[in-house]
Amino acid sequence: MTDRPGAEPAGRERQEIRAVPVRHPGRWVAVAVLAVLAAMLVHTVLTNERFGWDVVGNYLFSAPILNGLRNTLVLTVLSMAIGIVGGVGLAVMRQSPNPVVSGAAATYIWLFRGTPLIAQLLFWNFLAALYPRLSLGVPFGPEFISVDTNVLITQFAACLLGLGLNEAAYMAEIVRGGMLSVDRGQAEAAGALGMTRSQTMRRIVLPQAMRVIVPPTGNETISMLKTTSLVVVIGYFELLTSAQRISNQNFQVIPLLIVAAFWYLVLTSLLTIGQGFVERRFGRGFVPDRPGSRLLSRAVNT
Amino acid sequence: MTPMVEATGIHKSFGRTEVLRGIDLVVEPGEVCCIIGPSGSGKSTLLRCVNHLERIDAGRMRVDGSLVGYRESGGKLHELRESEVARQRRDIGMVFQRFNLFPHMTAAENVMEAPRTVLGRSRSAARKEADALLDRVGLAARRDAYPGQLSGGQQQRVAIARALAMQPRLMLFDEPTSALDPELVGEVLDVMRGLAADGMTMLVVTHEMGFAREVGDSLVFMDEGVIVESGVPRDVLSAPRHERTRSFLSKVL
Ligand SMILES: Nc1ncnc2c1ncn2[C@@H]1O[C@H](COP(=O)(O)OP(=O)(O)OP(=O)(O)O)[C@@H](O)[C@H]1O
Ligand SMILES: [Mg+2]
Repeated sequence: MTDRPGAEPAGRERQEIRAVPVRHPGRWVAVAVLAVLAAMLVHTVLTNERFGWDVVGNYLFSAPILNGLRNTLVLTVLSMAIGIVGGVGLAVMRQSPNPVVSGAAATYIWLFRGTPLIAQLLFWNFLAALYPRLSLGVPFGPEFISVDTNVLITQFAACLLGLGLNEAAYMAEIVRGGMLSVDRGQAEAAGALGMTRSQTMRRIVLPQAMRVIVPPTGNETISMLKTTSLVVVIGYFELLTSAQRISNQNFQVIPLLIVAAFWYLVLTSLLTIGQGFVERRFGRGFVPDRPGSRLLSRAVNT
Repeated sequence: MTPMVEATGIHKSFGRTEVLRGIDLVVEPGEVCCIIGPSGSGKSTLLRCVNHLERIDAGRMRVDGSLVGYRESGGKLHELRESEVARQRRDIGMVFQRFNLFPHMTAAENVMEAPRTVLGRSRSAARKEADALLDRVGLAARRDAYPGQLSGGQQQRVAIARALAMQPRLMLFDEPTSALDPELVGEVLDVMRGLAADGMTMLVVTHEMGFAREVGDSLVFMDEGVIVESGVPRDVLSAPRHERTRSFLSKVL
């Protein structure tokens, strides 16, 4: 405003605002209380020997813990990959005008969200009890390939099937919510340009839906990090199982829980940072990269 | 010469309400046909039937001689597959009241999108065409702006460029200036005037009577799903023959 010529009527002084800012005594009280509490916490954590920081240090980078960490990572990454790919597929199926296709997707989601994950893990692990051999062929006709179920569905594969297929059901609803958040006019504009439904989905609807899909997917991933510990029910192991196996032998329960918590927090922090990058990528066109354009873009995109 | 648009006996209902009740309309190549009428009279619906965004219940819709959405063979109608409908729509550009630009793409990317994905144009060729089109609508300088950073008038001009990128033979405009601040209406109408001068066939739903009078070759007044009267814009606007037209015009003029 200051450099706009003629903004100020001639002969009148600019009246600067020099006001006394509002005081916030409550904030200072809060700071004091929190500081005291924090000091108390640090003090007890450092002085209480039963935290066993030396034990924590001994095990933090030990082989069994790092093996468990690796399994946690691998299971999380692969299960989420299955979950996301499957979820997008199911969400697209649910939007299909073909009632058989959308019904199939709805049934899948109903089944996998409606039964406990532990039960699903056990089911995949004991699939061999139901079908000792898995084969590919014509129903009631010849078989082309036939394999022993126990060879095909290893413990690891059962973990992935259980975690991934269950996650797909949840991801499907997240993706569907994202797709519903995209204005119908977008698909119409794409259709009017001669784009097919699948092109519209890939190029127009999904990229915009991502803005809505990414934050809850971050949640799901962080939750999956910890959910992987359920694989213990079928005898597999990951970070928490490894920590517990050690503490079952040396009775240092708290230090080993701290070891596990430390690594979970490291992974969660990394994921949070990664999520920020992804959100920025899909926020293009929505996030103002020019000060002052925020109001405009919000007014236009609502 | 085959008409660009030939609608005969078009009927369309949403549930129980019949929105179009027997529309006959012919638009010749190069003609600018403006449609006016009160809110809810079915103008948008008629426009959306032309490119099969809405499926008609009865009648025949032909664009450039071929049926829209169907194929006639052996005296029977066959529904077209989704990809065939998409192919028909390439030749029919559409501009919406609320622009419907793709917000996650820059102005240039919006214009390049359909040539790239539908026609398989190379990136550089599409880019060159997009630059030329944005230049034509006066927005060459804003090619890298996202829709959220453009004014309404600029967005609508990008939307026109986006539709033109498919080199349509027919352009449909559904109240292209109704969502704009008054001072931005002129820049969009100017672009449309230029298009008309270049010989584009245009079907324009509008409340801009000045544009209809000046640029339109014909004017259609719709009310309650029927065409009440049509003719040369000057005649219809200055000497309407029907009472309903008269009362509508007295309200908007
Ligand atoms: N998808 C739909 N489902 C149900 N009813 C609809 C649908 N689209 C339009 N209608 C109804 O059809 C009638 C005609 O709508 P249309 O949008 O064609 O009118 P219009 O002449 O374009 O009006 P306006 O000037 O307000 O845009 C309206 O009563 C509207 O409520
Ligand atoms: Mg309308």
